[in-house]
Amino acid sequence: MKNILRINNVSKLFPNNVRALNKISLEIEEGEIFALLGPNGAGKTTLISSVCGITRQSEGNIKVKDFDTVTEYKKARSEIGLVPQELTLETFETVWNTLVFSRGLHGKPSNPEYLHSLLDDLSLGDKKDERILSLSGGMKRRVLIAKALSHEPSVLFLDEPTAGVDVSLRKTLWNMIRSLKKSGVTVILTTHYIKEAEELADRVGIINQGEILLTEDKKVLMKRLGKRKLILSIESKKNSIPEELKELNLEFGKTNSTIIYSYDSKDRNSDIFEIMSRISNSGLKILDFETHQSSLEEIFVDLVSGRSQ
Amino acid sequence: MNIYAIKAIYIHEMSRFFRTIIGSLISPIISTTLYFIVFGSAIGSRITDIDGITYGAFIVPGLMMLNMMTSSLNNGAFGIYFPKFSGTIYEILSAPVSSFEIVIGYVGAAATKSILIGIIILATASLFVDLEIKYPVLMLLIMIMTVVSFSLFGFIIGIWSDSFERLNFIPTLVVTPLVFLGGTFYSIQMLPELWQKITLLNPVLYLVSGFRWSFFGTGDVSITTSLLAIFLFTLLCISVIILIFKTGYKLQT
Ligand SMILES: Nc1ncnc2c1ncn2[C@@H]1O[C@H](COP(=O)(O)OP(=O)(O)O)[C@@H](O)[C@H]1O
Ligand SMILES: [Mg+2]
Repeated sequence: MKNILRINNVSKLFPNNVRALNKISLEIEEGEIFALLGPNGAGKTTLISSVCGITRQSEGNIKVKDFDTVTEYKKARSEIGLVPQELTLETFETVWNTLVFSRGLHGKPSNPEYLHSLLDDLSLGDKKDERILSLSGGMKRRVLIAKALSHEPSVLFLDEPTAGVDVSLRKTLWNMIRSLKKSGVTVILTTHYIKEAEELADRVGIINQGEILLTEDKKVLMKRLGKRKLILSIESKKNSIPEELKELNLEFGKTNSTIIYSYDSKDRNSDIFEIMSRISNSGLKILDFETHQSSLEEIFVDLVSGRSQ
Repeated sequence: MNIYAIKAIYIHEMSRFFRTIIGSLISPIISTTLYFIVFGSAIGSRITDIDGITYGAFIVPGLMMLNMMTSSLNNGAFGIYFPKFSGTIYEILSAPVSSFEIVIGYVGAAATKSILIGIIILATASLFVDLEIKYPVLMLLIMIMTVVSFSLFGFIIGIWSDSFERLNFIPTLVVTPLVFLGGTFYSIQMLPELWQKITLLNPVLYLVSGFRWSFFGTGDVSITTSLLAIFLFTLLCISVIILIFKTGYKLQT
């Protein structure tokens, strides 16, 4: 597959000396859905803004379909649609006018048929002549998406598209993103919900403190995220695990009064109740138990300390 | 050249003007009428003719200039400041448009609105006084140069502003006094000699005087001086805009 976006060694130092991006390199394949996953302040918006021309990187270069975003910015930006994180719209304008404006701004001749079908796809057909201030938050979000698609871009950036969005609209947006992919659009979205990356993405990149910690196929990453731990409090303080439990790869916790069993939640063979009965049959008395799923934060800690590689 | 983008910005800006058409046009009509009631009839009847022109007719070019200058300045500044303030600037910055195209779109719209306002005032005024314009082509030329240069000036203020205070600072504290003191409503011959000299330092005087000359064939300074001044002011605004974009002052962060 061809790389439609190539980010090469990009850094961004804001005038207030905040290093929002630190030597980021990232390649996005044509036609994929890529999720950029990271906590608030990680640099997701700054990275998108550098690609789109809202901020200028301090170092490195970015190419969209081989067009440099600084020296050939017109060609590069023609390929890009951007849905910003905030609901920034001119409230007194009508839905239709704001769409016509966006298309024109991107240098495309008018095409009412296309814009009509775009509105219908986003269930905004009947809102065409409404002023934006009369729309709900979810509708405004869709208007922003329609604006971003008004010039038929080949790459679409969605900056936290489902932050603060209710469950049903989230599902609608996810379906819409999937159908965009089908129509050939490359989608890059940012999110801090693991679930969202899991639902949608082909590949996931994890960003933290301005650095890409890893990019990985979604399936591989989810396997890692799917790791669970069964933590058991036991009564008698033993110094070693009984011989008959060796194959379970049990570990002691911080003290010898807890033991930990790691398993994959998607693995049907690991029945934790069976495990527990095996443990208690071996003579260890279980006082309490809890299960625990690896969180994104833990993955971060793992990645930073290099333990998981 | 992204003509579609220039057109989109221009239409977008004009549609805001037409959306508020009542306010946009009624207010200059009302203010012109009030000026004529106050200055034209009440006070003007006690002022003798200036260079053989009745006071009512004399103030028409000044009134047009005053309104066109403030309108250009405000529209030029607000047009680019508003998207910065509301956050919709993201779309302009991420679109395949050059700074030059952005300027043409916004300044073109601000200038057009101001010309329309000038014409409305002229039409309203002609209901009150008999007007005969000696050099209509020259009049139009000065109108265009004035609104373009002041819209550019406004655009510069809009880029520089990061708050509404800054946005209003130059127009209210610098330009409005200069416009009022620049012979808009009087001939500088009516001033004491010292003030006449001081007024000659006011650039607005040259614009107003030249504009008045195109109406009546007389002005406070010669038409050549006026035209030269207008030309220089326009050139100055264009240079500053080019300098701003060339020396890296960007709307980008
Ligand atoms: N215009 C700016 N000026 C200074 N610092 C900024 C600016 N924009 C973002 N930052 C800083 O850069 C870092 C990354 O921000 P951002 O890209 O918005 O993160 P995210 O989108 O992942 O939440 C943060 O520390 C933020 O405070
Ligand atoms: Mg963000």
